[in-house]
Amino acid sequence: MRHMPGRHDGGPALRPEKAAGMPNFSARRHVPSFTAMLPTTLFVVLVYLGCLVWTVSISFTSSKVLPVMKWAGLAQYERLLATERWTVSVNNILVYGASYIIACLVLGFLLAVSLDQKIRFENTFRTIYLFPYALSFIVTGAVWQWIFDPQLGLGVGMLASPGTAIAALVIAAVWQGAGLVMVMLLAGLRGIDGEILKAARVDGIPLWRAYVSIVLPELKPMIVTSVVLLAIAVVKVYDLVVSMTQGGPGIGTEMPAKFVMDHLFERGNIGLATAAATLMLLAVLVLLVPWLYLEYFRKGARR
Amino acid sequence: MSTFSKSHLAVALTVGLGLAPAFGQELTVEVMHPWTSGGESAAAKVFADQFTAAGGVWVDRAIAGNDALLAAAMNRILAGDPPSASHFNTGKPFEELVDADLLRDVDAIADAEGWAAVIPPVFLQAITRDDKIMAVPINLQTENWLWYSKEVFDEAGVSEPPQDWTAFLEAADKIQAAGYIPMALGGGSWAERFVFQKVLVSVAGPQLYLKVMQDRDVTALQDPKVQEAFEVFGKLRAYVDPGAASRKWNDATNLVITNKAGFQIMGDWAKGEFAAAGLTPGKEYGCSLFPGEEVSVMSGDVFVLPVLDDENGTKAQDLLAHVLFAPETQIEFNKKKGSNPIRQDIDVSTMDVCAQHAAEVLKDPARQVPNPQFLMSNDGLGALRDVITAYWNTPSIDAAAFTDQFGKVLGTVE
Repeated sequence: MRHMPGRHDGGPALRPEKAAGMPNFSARRHVPSFTAMLPTTLFVVLVYLGCLVWTVSISFTSSKVLPVMKWAGLAQYERLLATERWTVSVNNILVYGASYIIACLVLGFLLAVSLDQKIRFENTFRTIYLFPYALSFIVTGAVWQWIFDPQLGLGVGMLASPGTAIAALVIAAVWQGAGLVMVMLLAGLRGIDGEILKAARVDGIPLWRAYVSIVLPELKPMIVTSVVLLAIAVVKVYDLVVSMTQGGPGIGTEMPAKFVMDHLFERGNIGLATAAATLMLLAVLVLLVPWLYLEYFRKGARR
Repeated sequence: MSTFSKSHLAVALTVGLGLAPAFGQELTVEVMHPWTSGGESAAAKVFADQFTAAGGVWVDRAIAGNDALLAAAMNRILAGDPPSASHFNTGKPFEELVDADLLRDVDAIADAEGWAAVIPPVFLQAITRDDKIMAVPINLQTENWLWYSKEVFDEAGVSEPPQDWTAFLEAADKIQAAGYIPMALGGGSWAERFVFQKVLVSVAGPQLYLKVMQDRDVTALQDPKVQEAFEVFGKLRAYVDPGAASRKWNDATNLVITNKAGFQIMGDWAKGEFAAAGLTPGKEYGCSLFPGEEVSVMSGDVFVLPVLDDENGTKAQDLLAHVLFAPETQIEFNKKKGSNPIRQDIDVSTMDVCAQHAAEVLKDPARQVPNPQFLMSNDGLGALRDVITAYWNTPSIDAAAFTDQFGKVLGTVE
């Protein structure tokens, strides 16, 4: 039984502070776990990292429709940064991302709190609120495009000018995403001891204050997870734009992922497309690395 | 690719045209094309029917939208899983596929059937690479048409289609005052670029247009005629309705068909939509080439034939090329599609008045103006399109700011 790679055996090795010393590391003891992980590891290294390296290296070439390994230095990046559509796309995703994440969190939290009041038909409401999340963005986009159509829909011409078209995208995306946040926060709320709120009431603390100062900090892990999931959805945003605005009016709702896709296929300039993709990757890393550091390494040090 | 000899072809044709069906060996083609609207799909059916009648099996792969089709076709050809044939626009879009040896030439069959003699020279040049014909041309489209509703023109007091741009803008004002949408627009940034090019050719004239689009001459942008074209294009922004942003081009045509809008600027494929609605040109609606010197801004559809590794598939491609170029296919297809046959040896007297008018203009090579896809890659055109659509949709951008942006793009692409 000593060789069973159980949780108890494997656990400590993953902890950075113990792994640093590795006093009782035995290669034989880890063979089964390494073997089990090998296919996944190979897959990750070859497919993900391989594609990543390929993408980055293509961005330094003069490739057009077909990949050619002809060095072009930073030419693609120079053109990219001089392209107005790219600058607009970056601005758009910042505006869209911030509005979307904040709106989803606020709305999701309010929905979760209201469902947590032991109301009747809770299951039904929960299903209704979560339901949009089951739809693909293509469908969501198509539905909201109709709703916003000046002639066929509600008559709100939101898609006709760039500023309001971004807002329309956010509304559609929040409609889809808020339910997910609600479900996660609701699960978190259920884990909080109801006695705490009762005690707060006895102490004469207003309810809103109890939620802000006691409940919200307790929900921190759920909120962090929600933000990560929402942020991933923001970086990936493509299908919603394609089905709702096609990037228009003008270039008013273009997004970085759409820039990459358009240049990769329809416009046949994979050099420029991969340069854009590389910058997207860099942006994600810049945001992700400090967060990873705070979450894993600092916490590990504290333990 | 060049090893495809004439005798080889003769054998292939004999097998393809005569013997294969007798042997029960099926010649199947998988064809990708973008024709999904009412008029277009009726036209695509002509090809399918003719090919079936010739003994082949037609597998239809229609994908809505030129851009979506191009992306899908590129993807399949580059991934090594090519269809038997795919639609492309004539010109630069498939050039790199040719250079990468992913497409086969049709020289053998073109020589045998004498294609070169019946295709207009500008067009022939656009599909020829290293003296080999690399695509099967199927039609010749005139793009600079004004399609107008006679009823709306009458109601608004516009007696005839405008002959110059002052009259054009006056007519648009009258239509607006009469309570109609003056200009039906749909198709997003693609349509905006489309209108822009036609205005440029019409206002600035073909010579300046070629200086800008072919020679990438940035100084030509400062020419007063070019500046005037940019101004006129900017003025047109006032004549569309808010619904234009999310409409398709054929829905815009429908606004003219149902007398809700005065006119649409569109290529001759719009005629297919009018025909599908049961309307006759010259009766309920009219067609007029753009103001200024009467020219045809021409484009055309072609099918490219990717290199296939199975012999039967290649034979099927030969049969397809033969069927597509045959006179009876060309005339029937183009009647439905609204365009002109690519073959100039066909009698067009059975076609409608618009097609006959276009054929008349096209007889003079000096009046054949290549459309931008003959001159620029999709990458370059796409970059221009971004600038044009930004101008069209942002009222705060004026012609001077647009000129700067336009010049910057002309300087950076390729």
